[in-house]
Amino acid sequence: MFSDGHFEKEFLDKIALDIAQEYLFPVEVEEIHIDISDYYDPTRRQYDGNKLLKKIDSISSLEIIKQIGLFKVDLFIPILTYIFGQATFNGNTGIVSLYRLRNEHYGMKKDEGLLLNRITKVVIHELGHTFGLIHCHIPTCVMRSSTYVEDIDQKSKNLCIKCRAALGLP
Amino acid sequence: MALNISILIVDDEESVRDSLYNWFIDDGYRVDCAENAKQALSILESKNFDIILADIKMPGMDGLEMHRRIKSLNKDSIVIIMTAFASVSTAVQALKDGAYDYITKPFDPDDLSYLIRNAANQISLKAENEALRNKVVSLENIEDLVGNSQAMMKVLKEVERVAQSNSPVIITGESGTGKELIAKAIHSNSHRKYFPLVSVHCGALTESLLESELFGHEKGAFTGAMFNRKGRFEMADGGTIFLDEIATISAKMQIELLRVLESKTFVRVGGNKEITSDFRVICATNRDLKKMVENGTFREDLFYRLNVVNINVPPLRERKEDIPLLVHYFIAKYCTSMSRDIISIDSAALKRIEEYDFQGNVRELQNMIERAIVIGNNKEIRVKDLPFEKDMISNSVESLEEVEKKHVHQILIKNDWNISRTAKALKVDRVTLYNKIKKYGLNLTK
Repeated sequence: MFSDGHFEKEFLDKIALDIAQEYLFPVEVEEIHIDISDYYDPTRRQYDGNKLLKKIDSISSLEIIKQIGLFKVDLFIPILTYIFGQATFNGNTGIVSLYRLRNEHYGMKKDEGLLLNRITKVVIHELGHTFGLIHCHIPTCVMRSSTYVEDIDQKSKNLCIKCRAALGLP
Repeated sequence: MALNISILIVDDEESVRDSLYNWFIDDGYRVDCAENAKQALSILESKNFDIILADIKMPGMDGLEMHRRIKSLNKDSIVIIMTAFASVSTAVQALKDGAYDYITKPFDPDDLSYLIRNAANQISLKAENEALRNKVVSLENIEDLVGNSQAMMKVLKEVERVAQSNSPVIITGESGTGKELIAKAIHSNSHRKYFPLVSVHCGALTESLLESELFGHEKGAFTGAMFNRKGRFEMADGGTIFLDEIATISAKMQIELLRVLESKTFVRVGGNKEITSDFRVICATNRDLKKMVENGTFREDLFYRLNVVNINVPPLRERKEDIPLLVHYFIAKYCTSMSRDIISIDSAALKRIEEYDFQGNVRELQNMIERAIVIGNNKEIRVKDLPFEKDMISNSVESLEEVEKKHVHQILIKNDWNISRTAKALKVDRVTLYNKIKKYGLNLTK
């Protein structure tokens, strides 16, 4: 898990622990510093998610099965006004932004616990896509599609039995 | 989520195609991409897609033009037009041309999900509707016409053959043989099946009532005509009109009918506006129309206009092998409608039914079974539940000669005193029949 910009270590370790518990793979956290100004679109005042995804993908090394990049900036893809995250389907890489996951973005009181919970769910969700999982219709499954933060809050941070079975997880 | 829905993305920008592709793949849709209209149309020549998301502005052919061409290839495809430049006029044009919706780039993620989810719902509802329609039609066919005798199979083959044409049909047969069911079967197997089948029982209406019933009337056309009223010909537009007991219509109505059949236009009673209606006509009668033409009671020109195809429905006694099938069919039908468990019939009762000469044909059998279920013991139909049991007992005191006389007389009347047909029905030769007539002093008036 690569983090761009400053994230508290304790915060990242908690996410890593949840990923490891869900997918049963060891998770390593690495802070990276990349210049993302090239991915900034001044007309939209957001960062291009497609280009960032490619950038993170290029960092790949042989020891890494899947990798996920964490950002603090607002992400978009050409067709959508914003994204929480995205991943290469059946690929190696995903990206997640906490920009729109913060309560403050919606004029609400800061809640670090809720933010951690939301980021964890989006990270596990995007990793699911890299393992070839599609959106799930079960309301509590982490693979359920979420277009608003409220949708993220409705689901759990775990895969449902069907999605676990699809990945051969116990 | 929606694994059976296929989506084609048509956009000249690679980043848009890729983003949409990834978005829909995550949702479990089957996705394909084309970078321009020409490529999209070429893909669509060999493959159908449920939903087509097309950019409105592309080099070469634009999205609106492509949409028109897609509709000519597959009118069931749902086309959603995308644009980066929202304008009311292009949106209106796209929707006027039959586009399902119109969406402005970039989309709100929730809008896109909602739009595709709705389109997918529409596709599955359409498929479900089509499946149910087919199911209803096939149920109608199976339920209505029961029988696998040779005589019935011949009728069913004729029904199948004539259903696809628009020719008029005359269905002949004794009362109670199911002529109206044959008309229904023709209609429900024809391309007119989604339009109405309008039935008119000509024998039940007086001349003036029949005229108003068939052609409709304008307000004030006659006393009691308080409102404008559509006639049956008008109501049957696109479908079929079934004229039962056609032999009973008056000479005046025969002329009117002939004129309507030739021009497919008519005027409402008391009106002056000519109305056109596209209908197929099916008639039924238990009378010999050819004989009526010879007698001058039925117009020859109308007879030939109607008698393009003739289907004769055999009486039940000529297809006795269908009786067990019909009996079980009616038992199931009435037990179900009365919310009872389906009962059986004992072999003696079934044998008695098979031996009975049903003058009232299938209708009589149907009523007999319904009655037996109502008065029976809720377990099985017994001989004592059948209505002819008492008649048979009382008849048993008659002499053999009396029974024979009555029977020969009945068959003669049924065959209009046609000696050859009666002899054939009685399975005796003509000389024997003449001897019986002479012996019992039978004559036409008796």
